[in-house]
Amino acid sequence: MLNKFKTKQRMLLTAVLMSGMLGAGAVNADVDSIHFLIPGGAGGGWDGTARGTGEALTNAGLIDSASYQNMSGGGGGKAIAHLIETADQAHGTLMVNSTPIVIRSLSKVFPQSFRDLTPIAATIGDFGAFVVRSDSNYQTFGDVVADYKANPKSVIIAGGSARGSMDHLVAAMAFKAAGANPNKVKYLAFDGGGKAMAGLLSGEAGLLSTGFSEALALAAAGEVRILVMTGDQRSDAAPEVQTLQEQGYDASFVNWRGFFGAPSLSDAEADEYAQTLAEMYKTEAWEKVRARNGWTEIFKPRAEFVTFLEQQEEVVGNLMRELGFL
Amino acid sequence: MLDGMFSGLATALMPFNLLMVVAGCFAGTFIGMLPGLGPISAVALMIPITYTLDPSSGIILMAGVYYGAVFGGSTSSILINAPGCASTLVTTFDGYPLAQKNQAGKALALAAYASFTGGTIGAIILIFTAPALASVSLSFQSADYFALMLLGLTSVAAFSGKGQVIKAMMMTVFGLMIATVGNDVITGAPRYTFGALDLVDGVSFLLLAMATFALAEVMMTIMRGQMHGSEQAMQPVALSSMKLSRDEVKEVAPTIARSSVFGFVVGVLPGAGATIASFLAYGLERNIAPPRLRKMFGKGALRGLAAPESANNAASTGSFVPLLTLGIPGSGTTAIMLGALIAYGIQPGPRLYLDHPDVFWSVIISMYFGNLVLLVLNLPLIPYISRLLAIPPQILNPLIIFFSIIGVYLVSFNTFDIQMMVFITLLAVGLKLLNFPMAPMLLGFILGGMLEKNLSRALVVSDGSFDFLWQRPLTFSIVCITVVILVLPWLFGLVKSRLKATLPAAD
Repeated sequence: MLNKFKTKQRMLLTAVLMSGMLGAGAVNADVDSIHFLIPGGAGGGWDGTARGTGEALTNAGLIDSASYQNMSGGGGGKAIAHLIETADQAHGTLMVNSTPIVIRSLSKVFPQSFRDLTPIAATIGDFGAFVVRSDSNYQTFGDVVADYKANPKSVIIAGGSARGSMDHLVAAMAFKAAGANPNKVKYLAFDGGGKAMAGLLSGEAGLLSTGFSEALALAAAGEVRILVMTGDQRSDAAPEVQTLQEQGYDASFVNWRGFFGAPSLSDAEADEYAQTLAEMYKTEAWEKVRARNGWTEIFKPRAEFVTFLEQQEEVVGNLMRELGFL
Repeated sequence: MLDGMFSGLATALMPFNLLMVVAGCFAGTFIGMLPGLGPISAVALMIPITYTLDPSSGIILMAGVYYGAVFGGSTSSILINAPGCASTLVTTFDGYPLAQKNQAGKALALAAYASFTGGTIGAIILIFTAPALASVSLSFQSADYFALMLLGLTSVAAFSGKGQVIKAMMMTVFGLMIATVGNDVITGAPRYTFGALDLVDGVSFLLLAMATFALAEVMMTIMRGQMHGSEQAMQPVALSSMKLSRDEVKEVAPTIARSSVFGFVVGVLPGAGATIASFLAYGLERNIAPPRLRKMFGKGALRGLAAPESANNAASTGSFVPLLTLGIPGSGTTAIMLGALIAYGIQPGPRLYLDHPDVFWSVIISMYFGNLVLLVLNLPLIPYISRLLAIPPQILNPLIIFFSIIGVYLVSFNTFDIQMMVFITLLAVGLKLLNFPMAPMLLGFILGGMLEKNLSRALVVSDGSFDFLWQRPLTFSIVCITVVILVLPWLFGLVKSRLKATLPAAD
């Protein structure tokens, strides 16, 4: 009950702050409103990112209003095509997307790539992680590699997405960095991380490849522990978890989420969006949304974002060619 | 543990939380009643509201909306053949024929009693065994799911009707074929998409169900009216008494008890869920029904209505076991609730009932109240709700079409889905005119998809060998039951004809 009163007070405070800031915001920010295009249905990761970002931006007074449009189909391809077709009327639209746009345009799920859009910024990111049952013999990734090299068939990896998509590619990337043949990875694809976790706990798989933040939540439940993660450095959220690089494997991977504008957006317009997003990080409204979702900040605006996308495309593309997906 | 239960009981009994139960049940029932709008849409609508509540109240509200929507979904299934959500599709098989026979009141009342019993039995099992059941939901591997789906397919005869076994088989295979459209999870390769972006995500079960049941039925009604050319064929169906006779109660009571327990167990498995539970319970009941009653299935059998209704509610309750004790969502709806829990900073898992006993127990105990609320809320409303049938067809039919299309569109926000619905509806009408049953196709679609995925996974694990069928006791037992069910009727027939041949005088 006490909690509830606090929340109410906080809401009142935010409302007061908001009305104060709205006046100030109208003078400073050049972006008044944003229409978020979400390439998936309600309740998914893209949906949460767009709505959370919109909520933070409006609550902080950086924009006056945000609207949202869900458009699923074709693994996100439908929304990309829509944004390109309606580009001239869509200067007020930002589309949310993430690493799969790189993977799916490489594997030709849809014909377009990020080059057909105007990259605005990557805003949040999540690393990959390998998870084992608490009673597993594996203590480091090296133990897994030793088993794999002795008999590739003895290691079974579960993941929450199809063969050839992120969870599988991250696992293959790690084995490749260890000098093992990534082609022989026995990968079990499940519909979603939850069912993949059940596959790990039922003993069907020995290793689970998943996102780091999801892995943290699973590890907090006590049934599993995180063997290793794919960041360049350890994460503040769980400083005890080692990185692949620390354990001696030169591989890192980050699953970014970010925003794209219509192809005909001018540089000035795109920079304004990036500026608005940059200002968001300092606000309390953002911190509230970020903490609620457990997001990690990785701000890469404009040119930096493009460079990053090109690098990721190259690394992932090489890997997919080696695995025979391209 | 008792301490936790009592603090949970106290939390659940707080006036505000009781209000949340009532509000959740009411909102859920209402949203669920609209064809095509199911628990996922209903629970997703509640997310912004729950942010302002404390964890127990928020989850109690969401749970109320969830089983309220499953409860409400049966109403539109029975009255207009339009399932409110995937898990109430099977309810149409016998519920709609009952309504057509002027027994809508009885059908709705039976559905309410069956749902109530299913939900209550589920909640009671949950209270006493939730922590222990966690291990059950983890005992199933892909090989076991494969065997379970195989067992489910043996019930195809239950969905075929008289003399239509061949047509039912053909439709099952057709359903299996539709299930293969889209990006294959196991290989990552697109199949039967013909290069079209819109087919990459495959065909959704809800879309298929709405098109082949709700929309196709509307088309048939319209055509029937025109064929006969008389007003009589378009006459609205009258409401009957809601009372069940003592014999009828005796007939359905064992079915409800069996289906509740069975549905709960299937609901506990993260890879199955409420829709599968309702299909399996229906098939099971038909297989064990005496021949006299078996003939009634699909034509308005009370058992055929009671079985899926108790099973889907018990399964919805059962799906809270993996959610609360392991943090594993078994369905889209529970995945949204998991997100809400984590947003509160509460990590579901084996320690939840130790770390947050008030949340854990108050949610479970509130489910018990919730089912009571649903019954009290819904029974008096039945006469009014079934007035829906008194609406003249020229108004009701467009409304059904409108809500069915909106319901499907709101899940995907993809206009191609609407075009696909129209196409499938036309196809379904054609097949219906040729007397092909629709239910086996949906059975093939939902079981076939899972059958294939689990088979592929089991084959990956076993390096392509079919050893997995007998290597684990659990898999082997389910396979044996399947074989027995397939062979037994044939064996009985053989023995009977032998006996007849040797002992002609015995007759």
